[in-house]
Amino acid sequence: MVTVSVRLPTVLRPAAGGQSKLSVAGAAVGDVVDRLIEDYPALESNLVDDEGSVRKFVNIYLNDEDIRFLESLETPLSEGDELAILPAVAGGQ
Amino acid sequence: MDRLHWLQMLAAAWDAYPLEGCGLLIGAPGGGRVERFVTIDNEAGSSRIYRLDGNQYARAALDADDEGLDVIGVMHSHTHTAAYPSPTDVAEATKPLVPPDWHWVIVSLAWGFPELHSFRIDAGGGIHEEPVGLSI
Repeated sequence: MVTVSVRLPTVLRPAAGGQSKLSVAGAAVGDVVDRLIEDYPALESNLVDDEGSVRKFVNIYLNDEDIRFLESLETPLSEGDELAILPAVAGGQ
Repeated sequence: MDRLHWLQMLAAAWDAYPLEGCGLLIGAPGGGRVERFVTIDNEAGSSRIYRLDGNQYARAALDADDEGLDVIGVMHSHTHTAAYPSPTDVAEATKPLVPPDWHWVIVSLAWGFPELHSFRIDAGGGIHEEPVGLSI
C-alpha cells in the first residue's frame, strides 16, 4: 500500500469538500478510485458506471499517462505517483 | 483574447488541415479572458471529428492548475461546415465533468478564409454565441 496524490478537475471539487488535490492510499489505481468513492460518495456517479468500470467520459492519468494504455484499474502504484482525473473532450462537425 | 491567441487558433486550424485542429483555452478559473492558447493534437486524426490528445491535454490542464489557472474552453476547427456547434459538439459539451461555463471556440475553414466564433453551451444544450474581443 502506497500513498499517491490525486488531482481533481474543477467540476468534481465541490463533491470532494472543495479540495483540488487529495492524498489517497492504495496498491493499484482501482483501490484509489474505490477509496475516493468511499470517502466522497458524491463522486461515484461521475467516476464509475453500475458495473464499477470507469465511465467513458472520464480519463484517469497516472503521471500523465492514460491508464487505458497501462493496465487500467489494475495499474500498480508507486509511492509519490500522481493521478489526475479529467473529462474526455471530443466533438466534430 | 489577445490578437496573438486569435492568430494561434487560426494557425492551429490551418496547420491541422485537412484534419480538424484543436486546442485548449487557458485563463483564470471561471473567467472569460484567454491567457494562453495551447495547441493539442487531434487524437482522432479525422477531418470530421476531433478528440483532444489525452496526454497533452492532461499536461496542459495540470500545468494551468499549478499556476492557479484553469482550462476555460476548447477550440476546434470545422473544415467543411460553418463555425457553429454541431449536434456532436453540443452532446460533448453537455457531458458530465465538462464544466458548463467553458467557452467553445470554432474556427471554420469551409470557405477558404478562416472564421472564428465563440459559444457557450448550456446544460440543456442551448447554444449562445458570445462576442470575441481582441486586444493587441
